Amino acid sequence: MPGADKETDLTERIEAFLADLKRGGSGTGPLRGSGEMARETTYLLRRITAQARWSSAGDLMEIIRNEGRRMTAAQPSETTVGNMVRRVLKIIREEYARSRGSSEETEQQESLHKLLTAGELSEENFRQHFVHLKANVIEAINELLTELDGTTDNIAMQALEHIHSNEVIMTVGRSRTVEAFLKDAARKRKFHVIVAECAPFCQGHEMATGLSKVGIETTVIADAAIFAVMSRVNKVIIGTQTVLANGGLRAVNGTHSVALAARHHSTPLIICAPMFKLSPQFPNEEDTFHKFVSPHEVLPFTAGEILSKVNVHCPVFDYVPPELITLFISNIGGNAPSYIYRLMSELYHPEDHKL
Amino acid sequence: ETQTKCGTISLFSHLHQYSRKAPLTQQLSIPSTVIHPSIVRLGLQYSQGIVVGSNARSVALLHAFKQVIRDYTTPPNEELARDLVNKLKPYISFLNQCRPLSASMGNAIKYIKKEISNIPSQFKEEEAKTKLQKCIDCYINENVVLAAKAISKYAIKKISDGDVILVYGCSSLVNHILCEAYDKSRKFRVIVVDSRPRLEGREALRRLVQRGISCTYVLISALSYILPEVSKVFLGAHALLANGYVMSRVGTSQIALVARTFNVPVLVCCETYKFCERVQTDSFVSNELDDPDDLMVTRKGKTQLENWHDVSSLGLLNLVYDVTPPDFVDLVITDLGMIPCTSVPVVLRVKNLEQ
Repeated sequence: MPGADKETDLTERIEAFLADLKRGGSGTGPLRGSGEMARETTYLLRRITAQARWSSAGDLMEIIRNEGRRMTAAQPSETTVGNMVRRVLKIIREEYARSRGSSEETEQQESLHKLLTAGELSEENFRQHFVHLKANVIEAINELLTELDGTTDNIAMQALEHIHSNEVIMTVGRSRTVEAFLKDAARKRKFHVIVAECAPFCQGHEMATGLSKVGIETTVIADAAIFAVMSRVNKVIIGTQTVLANGGLRAVNGTHSVALAARHHSTPLIICAPMFKLSPQFPNEEDTFHKFVSPHEVLPFTAGEILSKVNVHCPVFDYVPPELITLFISNIGGNAPSYIYRLMSELYHPEDHKL
Repeated sequence: ETQTKCGTISLFSHLHQYSRKAPLTQQLSIPSTVIHPSIVRLGLQYSQGIVVGSNARSVALLHAFKQVIRDYTTPPNEELARDLVNKLKPYISFLNQCRPLSASMGNAIKYIKKEISNIPSQFKEEEAKTKLQKCIDCYINENVVLAAKAISKYAIKKISDGDVILVYGCSSLVNHILCEAYDKSRKFRVIVVDSRPRLEGREALRRLVQRGISCTYVLISALSYILPEVSKVFLGAHALLANGYVMSRVGTSQIALVARTFNVPVLVCCETYKFCERVQTDSFVSNELDDPDDLMVTRKGKTQLENWHDVSSLGLLNLVYDVTPPDFVDLVITDLGMIPCTSVPVVLRVKNLEQ
């Protein structure tokens, strides 16, 4: 039966995706960029919308929420997965509200007036059936996919406004967004980039080779030299793994030292992060903020006997508080960290913050 | 043009660019045949990194000079006082070309030259040589061995039970203090922070673990993760400059900066013979550049920066020292007592008056 086939096909794909997520996070699988992760998640969600059995928006949201919970549990540090699930949930709410004819603005925003005058909670259980809802949701998800495809280019287009000639720019580790940003600026301006290698994975080396191939003057330094060199740096431009709800960052380890050194020398700290990295989590909310990988990278097994007598840590992420950040550059433009909460309310519905 | 063909970096073009692969004699202007063999051996040990560390280098230098004095014979019609000083000059330039002199070595050389010039002319050669050798032994004993004992006594007062102490790299003095404190049954644990490319922390780790001290080991990029657990930071110094800046292994200033942010006290341990009259405000004007090829790393069989010499826009920077501003340092423990960073010129004056 075609229906059953579709379902088993769908569950197979979901299981394959979850297995991929679990493997990718341990550091042994192929390192996927967040953009790719976001796109794959959205494809999968579109497929679920198209192929799963649901009759009303509430059913669909329940299905997506369940799958979303499983996906975030498979790899808690990969926040783009959860972010895409929340975006799709918001899309469904919007399309439902549009089909019903009511304007979506009044429904969503919490305000003191509403809290005081509404009395009981509004009855909104999304049970009504609309014929064209499926098609509308799929179209909206397609728009989301086009947005995802264009994020890196949108960010790179803003490069010329922020980089002037003969600057010394510092960056940390490897970020595809920052690489595209700098390469775009290098077409018209001449500047010097200092890359901190970011031990123990030393992704900065890859970044440096990539940048020098297009003719950008690049220098690789060890992590320990970040403060020493900072006095000559004009701007620090870095990428991040996640942007947290308070405007802080969860970035690769070593970023906090860079941010502190930049603040000490009053150097602007610019973050290039696409909107899909914005996550409604707060830094101390969960025990899963820090992620650790095998300490073999830090103290290899060849070190011998002392391995059994010492504790070795290899954390992957760092928290950077919002006071140290000057500017966020995203695909919708530049923003101060104090504006992040507003952007979040536009992207996600408050009830979806906890999946 | 910011980079020349051989990969020198314009920011540091005023410093000697170094490569371990180029044979030593290629760059020397003094033929090694006129140099005493123990000095040649010493120079080789310096340049290959066999003798590292401020104390180790000065003690090795003084022992080599003792050998030189033992083998010395005054030529006829010459005075020992003047001739010996002239003999030492080319040796010192040779050592400087092998590896730039450290501040402690500079002070030791000044002391020796002064002692030699103060030899009364009526002394016979044997008497003079014995006196000089005794002076050198006395200098080492006072300024290195006894100073370490005195500093340990003061420092142990600052270590209480239950402390978590952070150390960086391998400082012979700090290791000595920790071992003494452990022998006096203080209960504490140590976190050793290390950095690429030298990875000197592993040596410190070995020494501490051998004594039985419980240790944790991280790289400098994990500093923000580990600092909330730390109660004190003990740092060693290469030299203390007259304006209160601490010159030490690259990365020390970063540790002091981040420790200051987390409100963790930073204590620098330094013998007074390392105090120097120079002043410096940043890590650029006077620094040492080490072999840039050390930054390359091979992971999973691939070396990213393998052919960096061929790429004209790519450079590697391997700094050896950096300077820490005095506002990051809470206390300096010396053999004359516990002083703030800014009292360095006072100590220098007192020492000059004594002499």
